[in-house]
Amino acid sequence: MGDKTPFDEMYNPDGSVREPYRALSQWLDEQPDKALALMQADAEAIFRKLGITFAVYGSEEGTEKVIPFDVIPRIIAANEWRRLAKGIEQRVRALNAFLYDIYHRQEILKAGRVPEKLVLQNEAFCPQMMGLEPAKGVYAHIIGVDIVRVGPDEFYVLEDNLRTPSGVSYMLEDREAMMMLAPDLFQRTKVAPVETYPENLRRTLESVAPEGANGTPNIAVLTPGIYNSAYFEHSFLADQMGAQLCEGHDLFVDGGKVYMRTTTGPERVDVIYRRIDDDFLDPLTFRPDSMLGVPGLFDAYRAGNVTLVNAPGTGIADDKAVYTYVPEIIEFYLGEKALLANVPTYNCTDEAQRRWVLENIHELVVKEVHGSGGYGMLVGPTSTKAQQAEFKRKIEARPDNYIVQPTLSLSTCPTHINGDVAPRHVDLRPYVLVGDEVRITPGGLTRVALKKGSLVVNSSQGGGTKDTWVLED
Amino acid sequence: MRMLGRTAANLFWLSRYVERAENMARLLEVGYRMSLTSRREGGASEHLISMMQAAEVDEGFAEKHEVADVDTVAHYMMFDPNNASSVFSCLMAARTNARSVRTAITTDMWESMNEAWLEFSQIKPRDVRGAKLLGLLQWVKHRSHEFRGALLGTILRDDGFAFLQAGNFVERADNTARILDMKYYVLLPRATLVGGDLDIQQWTLILRAASAHRAYRHVYHDRYKAHNIADFLILRPEMPRSLIFCARFVQQNLDMLGEFYGRRECCHDAAAELLAMVEGASMDSIFAHGLHEFLVEFIARNNRVTDALSESYNFY
Repeated sequence: MGDKTPFDEMYNPDGSVREPYRALSQWLDEQPDKALALMQADAEAIFRKLGITFAVYGSEEGTEKVIPFDVIPRIIAANEWRRLAKGIEQRVRALNAFLYDIYHRQEILKAGRVPEKLVLQNEAFCPQMMGLEPAKGVYAHIIGVDIVRVGPDEFYVLEDNLRTPSGVSYMLEDREAMMMLAPDLFQRTKVAPVETYPENLRRTLESVAPEGANGTPNIAVLTPGIYNSAYFEHSFLADQMGAQLCEGHDLFVDGGKVYMRTTTGPERVDVIYRRIDDDFLDPLTFRPDSMLGVPGLFDAYRAGNVTLVNAPGTGIADDKAVYTYVPEIIEFYLGEKALLANVPTYNCTDEAQRRWVLENIHELVVKEVHGSGGYGMLVGPTSTKAQQAEFKRKIEARPDNYIVQPTLSLSTCPTHINGDVAPRHVDLRPYVLVGDEVRITPGGLTRVALKKGSLVVNSSQGGGTKDTWVLED
Repeated sequence: MRMLGRTAANLFWLSRYVERAENMARLLEVGYRMSLTSRREGGASEHLISMMQAAEVDEGFAEKHEVADVDTVAHYMMFDPNNASSVFSCLMAARTNARSVRTAITTDMWESMNEAWLEFSQIKPRDVRGAKLLGLLQWVKHRSHEFRGALLGTILRDDGFAFLQAGNFVERADNTARILDMKYYVLLPRATLVGGDLDIQQWTLILRAASAHRAYRHVYHDRYKAHNIADFLILRPEMPRSLIFCARFVQQNLDMLGEFYGRRECCHDAAAELLAMVEGASMDSIFAHGLHEFLVEFIARNNRVTDALSESYNFY
């Protein structure tokens, strides 16, 4: 798959413009010289002024950066989106069913469809969750599914993010910025709204409130605080849906119930959209040295007095090793074939596959099973011999710690680069909400690798974002 | 949805720091002007030092610098991160507080605060000399005005508003009381009714530090007189930096909180005790009691308002 010319989202191989991009193409042609560069500068100023920044770990303390925003939107046709949405819904239903099963009767393990060892001895498996009944049976309420496109009809799911995926504020702010920068473009095109997300998030959270909650449930967004890289997003979402933004020390547990400290004394909390990792949630149950969490929170959760969103232990379902079994998982619980394909993945613990991987490493992508954010991975075709040798050693030492996939030729999308327009590789992360129903926002976050030829779209590795348009019929 | 005690505290301090940044800029401007016009040997340095006394940063300054000249003082008051009241420290603290309570303030308020901080943090201290210094001091005041404008124009009139306003006026009362106390001796009634040049200079300093030198003429239609100046900054209800104005404003905002939450707390007594010092008082009675003693007591009661407010509404 590495040698092929990548699929271009805007242009057919003969140079003609693909249907969904017609209006955009015309608009681009009409723009005078330097118009895009000016828009780009305006966009940067808008984002900085709004304080839409993220902290880069490892750089100077307190450095706040703006994720580069590309002014050329990425467009998905209505029929393409319908297909994607169906596949996504199927996936998140199956993954929630899998989580329920894993933390109850473990039928799928008994049936031998997923290896027992892979689940029960996995670091992401959370034994404290055994037997717990989450509201509406939902574990993963907020999901970001990473999808790549390699052809007109070829989509692959790269990863399911079930542990508090981030980036949804960029989806919303990219749209805001785009409407400010190019209002005329919206007049010519029917773009599905993404502004419904905060209200849908609120509805989803309300729908999973504990049974005992009186009236309108009290919702808190739990953040590690202002120095967290995603703090902007936490405050943004709390603000947009009218929830209380809390840090761990703003909450306390008394008599198995959770309260926030208000100006007039304790007030009961029903639903916590937590943006801190499982390990830090409750020092009494998980990491005892956690300063971010709330002592006793997990017991209150177990007692059914508060809902945690997402539930602890959902990581077992987006583990990179479990990922390879998702088509199996869909069949087992829903009796359906997976609508969205997985990327073929090699299993390094199998000797024959490992040998093949080691011989062909220069063409493959190697990922750490528990890595994220583009750290700890090797992209074969763009790596040095030394890096390849290093990863060969690593795989031989711990074959179970890595998954290996072919290098996918991600689709490209026209992108503004220093006054010119050039193709750059993109991926797509739609956001899904699961509560009383499944709600998928039409669009998502398109991440773009701004470096020529680069396939790594993570913001920590020099990636940017684009507004993502789903067209309406 | 009720407000977190932490949020209330952050709002209160957010506006205190914005007000303090503005007051520091104002004081530095006065010190700078006075030092320029001083003809006496060592006079410039004395003006700068007494200005720092009013800002209560003179001791910290003396630990770091031997010479008080325009450059060292301006740097300490504007940019020194070790000076908790420097404009730098105030804007940083204000912005950190704003960031913590982004959901409790409006986008306009946040943008105003964020932009102020981003612009200020890009200024290189060594580029700020002479006329540039005055320009920057103006800029600080303008930023404070802009923030207040965004606040008044956009925020809901609920408990958050009352915490913000209370912080603003507790800080301002403290500032005015300190300016007066720094120079209280030039305001005392004396046998001679005509002030000398030195007195005039000192009075001008006090009035300018409170942005009151033009307003004084509007109210009194008279030359500078010690009694009038003290009256203006303590008892005139139409003067927005006077002690009585600030104390009334603090009380009004605490009353608003009392109404909002449906009960009176200990902070309401503290605010009433503060206001009682200036409500119905006359300058003659204050002079008879002792101006300095009066100001010290006022500052202490003002501090008690903050403590009582923290206690009443669970600041943490």
